[in-house]
Amino acid sequence: MALIILILGSGVAFFVYKTEPKLNKNFETQKAFFKKFPFRLGLDLSGGSHLIYKADVGAVESSEVGSSMDALRDVIERRVNLFGVSEPVVQVQRGGFISGGEEQLIVDLPGVTDVKQAIDMIGKTPFLEFKIEAPKDVPQTATIDKDGKVNLDIGSQFIATELTGRYLQKATLEFDQNTREPKVSLQFNDVGTKLFAQITKTNVGKMVAIYLDGAPVSTPVVREEIPNGQAVISGSFTPTEAKLLVGRLNSGALPVPITLLSTQTIGATLGESAVKAGVKAAILGFLLVAIFLILWYRLPGLIAVLALSFYTAILLAIFKLLPVTLTAAGIGGFIISLGMAVDANVLIFERMKEEIRKGSNIHDGIHAGFKRAWTSVRDSNTSSIITSIILFWLGTPLIKGFALTFGLGVLVSMFSAITVSRIFLFALGIDKTNKFTKFLFSSGITRT
Amino acid sequence: MLMVVAVIFTFTFGLKLGIDFKGGALLELDFSRGRPEADSIQNNLRSLGVTQALVQPTGETGYLIKTRDLTEEEHQKILSLWSSGSSPSGDGKYEAVEKSFTSIGPSVGSELARKAILSIVFVIVAIILFITFAFRKVSKPVASWKYGIITIITLLHDIVIPTGIFALLSHYTGAEVDTLFVLALLTILGLSVHDKIVVFDRIRENLKAGEKENFMDTIGRSTSQTIVRSINITLTIIFVLVPLYLFGPETTKNFSLILTIGLFFGVYSSLFFASPLLVWIEEWQNRG
Repeated sequence: MALIILILGSGVAFFVYKTEPKLNKNFETQKAFFKKFPFRLGLDLSGGSHLIYKADVGAVESSEVGSSMDALRDVIERRVNLFGVSEPVVQVQRGGFISGGEEQLIVDLPGVTDVKQAIDMIGKTPFLEFKIEAPKDVPQTATIDKDGKVNLDIGSQFIATELTGRYLQKATLEFDQNTREPKVSLQFNDVGTKLFAQITKTNVGKMVAIYLDGAPVSTPVVREEIPNGQAVISGSFTPTEAKLLVGRLNSGALPVPITLLSTQTIGATLGESAVKAGVKAAILGFLLVAIFLILWYRLPGLIAVLALSFYTAILLAIFKLLPVTLTAAGIGGFIISLGMAVDANVLIFERMKEEIRKGSNIHDGIHAGFKRAWTSVRDSNTSSIITSIILFWLGTPLIKGFALTFGLGVLVSMFSAITVSRIFLFALGIDKTNKFTKFLFSSGITRT
Repeated sequence: MLMVVAVIFTFTFGLKLGIDFKGGALLELDFSRGRPEADSIQNNLRSLGVTQALVQPTGETGYLIKTRDLTEEEHQKILSLWSSGSSPSGDGKYEAVEKSFTSIGPSVGSELARKAILSIVFVIVAIILFITFAFRKVSKPVASWKYGIITIITLLHDIVIPTGIFALLSHYTGAEVDTLFVLALLTILGLSVHDKIVVFDRIRENLKAGEKENFMDTIGRSTSQTIVRSINITLTIIFVLVPLYLFGPETTKNFSLILTIGLFFGVYSSLFFASPLLVWIEEWQNRG
């Protein structure tokens, strides 16, 4: 039994080793299978940009906010993918009670350290709207400038309709047969087609304005109802402008307008040094703990160190397989969970010692130690798991990373302490109680 | 006593909120070929309309610049001050590479603050509920929810003291309360509860065993039975935290420091605080 565990554990460790390019000089020459599982590093370690946008959903009905936020995410994702960013993460953060009511979009762009470039690639997406003429009795705002020219504020002339870029299926570039001018032809999806038919039907003889990013680009007059969901924008485009517009429209017009709230960029070198520092701290911490355990708890301590190595290997493998995105705070959580993993072992060993001191032989002492310590191991770890679940649920990305590694760590450590340590201790098959075995199982630096 | 001192520290020195919570911008620049004076950086920023910038040297060649939250345009203008072939208004002599930039709008900041407070409240409530549940069978002589309340009182102690020390620290080093600080407090909460549960578990076991002794003796015995474990486990966690502080990433330095302080007082409070409180509650009950 102990042998099987030993082999399994080494297997897991081997997997972690094989899939880590920095540890393995032959990494490039290996089978593809091993290359599939690198550690996934968070932005603060790999370098990149983290952007938070606020989505203005004031114009969307509350029952549809969810779906338009999802649509917004899809569009931004497509845009970001167009620029070939590897593994971008685009998340919607719903404005609920906890986050204070704002609908937000969080965009993580690993490797993009130029914020300006990042903002451009996301923000320059056109917001397409169709507006109809306002009823005649709505007063129009007009201003007379100093040259005596009358300016009609075109914005107040038109009122918004439900038809926006959300309902666009496809945009294509065409050239007018007669004038050779470029124009952009739009095809709506089913809902959009119905809306457009409705709008054209009720507005025959009137103007329909096509707005792009809040400015009118074209104000054609409707001649008849258009039931097939096709519209044409023929502004005064240059061919290049028209082509660019088509590309942007196809990658998706934004269903709701967004504004940038926060940006964060981390240079690649900064991230790299943070990784090195984190790894160094983890190794040193592990060594210190191992030395302490062996000096203080002797034989059981040695086994605890073995269990701890198992624990580390299993946890790292989980990080790779899930995968868990590692951040500086996440590594912190992992390092602390190393300390916690020892806790269960310490509890059990202290209990064992006590039982042996009370006069049971070593075999019974080990048994009683595990049995009696179990309730406190269970209860104390449960409280840690509860804490990490709450943190994961409520937390900002940074806290989430910590909570995830910490919570996973506690779970795995419980497993490794009560199974691995136990199996090894029994596998040693120490039944005799004599001076030597007593020495092995007692504790302290001094000989007792 | 210590708590009073800590509270006084917290209020006299005050806690500086980091840009996480109040909004603002943090820019780290690296001048690999010699850096300008901090004053000249401040003057340059002022010429762009960015007043009240805090400029701190970092490392051998870098500067950390803290300002109000910046728009992307302002950010680019600042960068162009020290880019190669920079504008005449800038310092043509110096060249900077941007290492990191963070700008957090005030609304995001208040959202983060809100979340931080909420998560502390939720964790505390969940802990009371869990302890009440876990110790439901030991309602005599002290009701199980009282164990929960005692835990929370001692937790308050465990949190207030590191906060006080942090306030003192931040007075001299300019450290700010950020998400990681809140995270450290939450972790202290978790670990300290861990500790208290182990002691209470022993009390539970000894009470169940039903030996004829008074409550106070049971508690005294349980505490001394778990003392070695409590100290050892705190030691091991401190063993991993010290390297994290000394060699770990810059971002988690304050985190590990606060955590170490909190752990120390956590053990102290489970041994010398939680148990006497239990006895005190029991005596008080008998009297009433």
